[in-house]
Amino acid sequence: MSLRYKTAIVGAAETSQLGVIPDMSETQLHVDAAINAMRDAGIDASQIDGISATMNPATLAHYLGIVPDWVDNTSVGGTSFLIHMRHAAAAIASGLATTVLCCMGQSGRSRVGVSAPRIGTAAGPSGPSYDVSYPGQFESIYGPLGPTTLFGMGVLRYMKETGTTIEQLASVAVAQRRWSSKVPRAMFRQLVTVEEVLASRMICYPYRLFMCCPVTDGGGAFILTSAERVDDYPTKPVYILGSGEAVETPVVSQMYDMTSSAAFKASSSKAFAEAGVTHADIDHVQIYDAFVHLPIYGLEDLGFVGRGEAGAFIEEGNTSPGGRLPLNTNGGGLSYTHTGMYGMFAMQESVRQVRGEAAHQVEGVRTSFCQGVGGMFMAAGSLIFTNEAPHG
Amino acid sequence: MTEQEYRKPIPHPSPETEFFWRKAGQHELWIQRCIDCGEPFFYPRLHCPDPGCMSDRIEWFRASGRGTLYTYMINHRPAPGFEADAPYAIAVIQLEEGPRMMGNIVGIENTPENLALDMPLKVTFTDATDDIAIPNWEPA
Ligand SMILES: [Zn+2]
Repeated sequence: MSLRYKTAIVGAAETSQLGVIPDMSETQLHVDAAINAMRDAGIDASQIDGISATMNPATLAHYLGIVPDWVDNTSVGGTSFLIHMRHAAAAIASGLATTVLCCMGQSGRSRVGVSAPRIGTAAGPSGPSYDVSYPGQFESIYGPLGPTTLFGMGVLRYMKETGTTIEQLASVAVAQRRWSSKVPRAMFRQLVTVEEVLASRMICYPYRLFMCCPVTDGGGAFILTSAERVDDYPTKPVYILGSGEAVETPVVSQMYDMTSSAAFKASSSKAFAEAGVTHADIDHVQIYDAFVHLPIYGLEDLGFVGRGEAGAFIEEGNTSPGGRLPLNTNGGGLSYTHTGMYGMFAMQESVRQVRGEAAHQVEGVRTSFCQGVGGMFMAAGSLIFTNEAPHG
Repeated sequence: MTEQEYRKPIPHPSPETEFFWRKAGQHELWIQRCIDCGEPFFYPRLHCPDPGCMSDRIEWFRASGRGTLYTYMINHRPAPGFEADAPYAIAVIQLEEGPRMMGNIVGIENTPENLALDMPLKVTFTDATDDIAIPNWEPA
């Protein structure tokens, strides 16, 4: 079964506030985004019969006063929300659900109503010291401190194998500030130069501060329904044209190839095949960027450029405003916001661009490719969105 | 090893890894190999990780202890127990036998200038407790 043109997003919204939200628990962030998305779609909660989230969907169902008969709680990191959308599309296409609320909220910075340890917490002597997992036995003992000290582990290898320079890596942050400079809700809006990126504080060589995402609070939600029902809603429908998902390994040092994501390749190729489109048909791209190497790995593993070409492609301005492949136009996780699980925000920007209502809108966007990552290249989700009606 | 208390995280072996850590405690690096397809692998498992093989005929063998520096990062914000080392490299070592494993680099200041990718390394062990020693790597 293909999911091509089976479903459409008819409601989309983020939390009312974004960035630092000390007065909302993680549950409330989900609900705030969910209510905003339902209002966008012109519906109330009684019309929702499916819920997806990485937190317990029952908590959200009861909070909203409904008894949904379809749920998805897939939790493979920040790409989970793209995978939820794919699963929800399959559920709707097969008749298991009609109107699904896909939602996300995370108090990544303020840590309100959160049970999981803060990202970057070490498994130290006073931490989870009986962790017999692979990372617990064979990595924590060497002093990593969260994704900042592990996610970029393959970068020096990638640079050596491809000839990519540190200036090219820095240019990812530069390009994305060019986008976020016109995005009022972005955390960082000031333009930066390659020199400024490379002069920022060293965090974990080769990564300096401006090459890493911030940690914020926020959330987002979508209302997904059958493509046959889009006329019942006031919003401009955004159809799911293609989708993919894949998982590789929870341990970055054991990736099959530390300079390329097998999950990105598997997930994105599936989405292209389902959509029946080529790279030339894509007007806009979002690639989950917790760190500057992600858009580089992403452009190559998704096939937009060849092996080793992404650094120069970005450095030359191809992904910047006015470039031929607008990328991370909200400023990305690096500049817009990053609560810890950024995938929802990457999708929200794809949908805004396809609707034509983004803060830094690209003219004439019909299709957007959104690529998510979960963990540290552990998981991938891909979605291709379009505003063109079926058989149109 | 000095008499100073070892303050870094200490591994807690599981049934699959107990042999690895027992040998590490004796300052020997042992990894596994599939008897049926011959492929060496790491981390320790009870069956061959080749999806087309899946054999449970597995044997341990002593690795050469030689490897090369595959990639690394240098952490400037130390994890608990690593304060005295910062900035320190968290490295991935390509073992001569094929598999990769993580390690710290000792016996040399951890600077980008000193740490060239593919430089030869040899294993060395840091005693953590009476029974546990941590495999680390030094320039060969
Ligand atoms: Zn085998």
